[in-house]
Amino acid sequence: MSLESLYQEIILDHYKRPKNKVLQDKYSVEVHHNNPSCGDEITLRVQVENQIVTQLSWDGVGCSISQASSSVMSELAQGIPVEKALELEVSFLELMQGKGQVEADEEELEDAVAFSGVARYPARVKCALLGWMALKDALLRAGGSK
Amino acid sequence: MALLDTNLIRQDFPILGRTVRNGKKLVYLDNAATSQKPIVVLDAERNFYLNHNAAAHRGAHLLAEEATDAFEGARAIVADFISAQSSEIIFTKSATESINVVSYGFSNHLSKHDPFYIGAEHNIVVTQLEHHANLLPWQQLAKRSGAKLSWLGITADAQIDISNIDSVINDKTKIVAITHQSNVSGAITQLEPIVKRAREVGAMILLDACQSVPHMPVDVNKLNVDFLTYSGHKAVGPTGVGVLWGRSELLEKMEPMITGGSMIDSATIESATWAKAPKKFEAGVPNMAQAVGLGAALNYLTKIGMEKIHQHEELLTERALKGLQDISGVEIIGSKSSLNRGSAISFTLEGVHPHDVGQVLDDYGIAVRTGHHCAWPLMQELKLNATTRASFYLYNTPEEVDIFLDGVREVKKFFKV
Repeated sequence: MSLESLYQEIILDHYKRPKNKVLQDKYSVEVHHNNPSCGDEITLRVQVENQIVTQLSWDGVGCSISQASSSVMSELAQGIPVEKALELEVSFLELMQGKGQVEADEEELEDAVAFSGVARYPARVKCALLGWMALKDALLRAGGSK
Repeated sequence: MALLDTNLIRQDFPILGRTVRNGKKLVYLDNAATSQKPIVVLDAERNFYLNHNAAAHRGAHLLAEEATDAFEGARAIVADFISAQSSEIIFTKSATESINVVSYGFSNHLSKHDPFYIGAEHNIVVTQLEHHANLLPWQQLAKRSGAKLSWLGITADAQIDISNIDSVINDKTKIVAITHQSNVSGAITQLEPIVKRAREVGAMILLDACQSVPHMPVDVNKLNVDFLTYSGHKAVGPTGVGVLWGRSELLEKMEPMITGGSMIDSATIESATWAKAPKKFEAGVPNMAQAVGLGAALNYLTKIGMEKIHQHEELLTERALKGLQDISGVEIIGSKSSLNRGSAISFTLEGVHPHDVGQVLDDYGIAVRTGHHCAWPLMQELKLNATTRASFYLYNTPEEVDIFLDGVREVKKFFKV
């Protein structure tokens, strides 16, 4: 059944036990994003040192897809160069906008490939992207800070 | 009270026979957002384009005459439907536009003796129950004019709270803009005390009837309000046509928001004077085919009977409210009784976000709305980000209510809550 392909166990796990979902005091940039069409929200804090994302924490409200995706994102984008994190965002965006036709690169996207099924539900793509859009915004704002 | 013969009615709505995800039969419960259309409405639009299409009120030829007759005939049907005069019916593109037309009728640049003059000394009263369509135009008017925006709150069961009505609606109040029936809680507004108070202080009253006119008998003479708006597409009519009804003595004095072709009495290079209502408010070639479609839609509803439709929905609502209360974890927003309540039922399910509820229901072919329903102030007051909403109409059946209730139980199973 297609529901299982949308809501993979990994997604439900992250929804029930989200990672890094406690805002940390240490951060160089904080952004707040929302989906005005549904009311989902995220506050994301990133700490960037020497062009490395050293810490990433978030808080938010929303559906399982938006919360799990933010949780997975917060794990993937932590401890890597800003440039690499932005590349991840591009790959994830491509996957989401691929209408189910784009093959996910598991090596690069790791747990985020669990969201492949979301691409077949156009109305839910924005849910999966909420955290990643916040990440992109935060990193671009943090860009240049050493 | 009896149910309608839905077997017969459903034949008029071919879309209800289609299958959706996983080959499931469509169970359409998103009627508060928009309704499905019967064939007679599609035929009326098609017939207009096929046989009578021309610019109404313009042209010296037969088709123009026929188009004018069809358009004005639709206006007469729309007027009859709410016991109004044709000259008091303005066609707009939506109820949203209708409300904007009235909000732009007010201005602080008018003479202080003009009934539509509004200034910093005045206030505008809305309620926390309003859809953004009946809130933002008034916020904007308050900003433009300097008037104060005030509001009535809500009670525990998401009805308009009138306990402080005498202080909120006062002698500085220019207009009271309220919903007739909430698109979130389904609450039907008890208008009498609000109308009485507005009349005492000489304020105008605009009624957002989007959720009431399609679902129950409405007679503007009995309501004693000044303006009433609704949209065609929620009343089995086409998209792209809304209605604004206004008292003729007020329409006569109100300035138009949109100016242009065919709304003038005379025009020179420097200035113009306006035609009488409704033409004054209908600049440009009107949405004739949509108006004709709406006429057919209202005739269709009238033939079935608005009181019968209302009773049918009451029975479905009662069944759904009862069934939902039997499911643990479900919290219904607003009244749990079908009395004084429309068919829009918003609810939350503990442990599952409304989007996820809607997604699983969709997998069973059940179409509901999830989100904030364009009523953020209400959601903020209820301390909610979103709800799931099911809403019924004349073609829905008790069996569909049961499929919906089973669907909610499946949601719980799927998310293990």
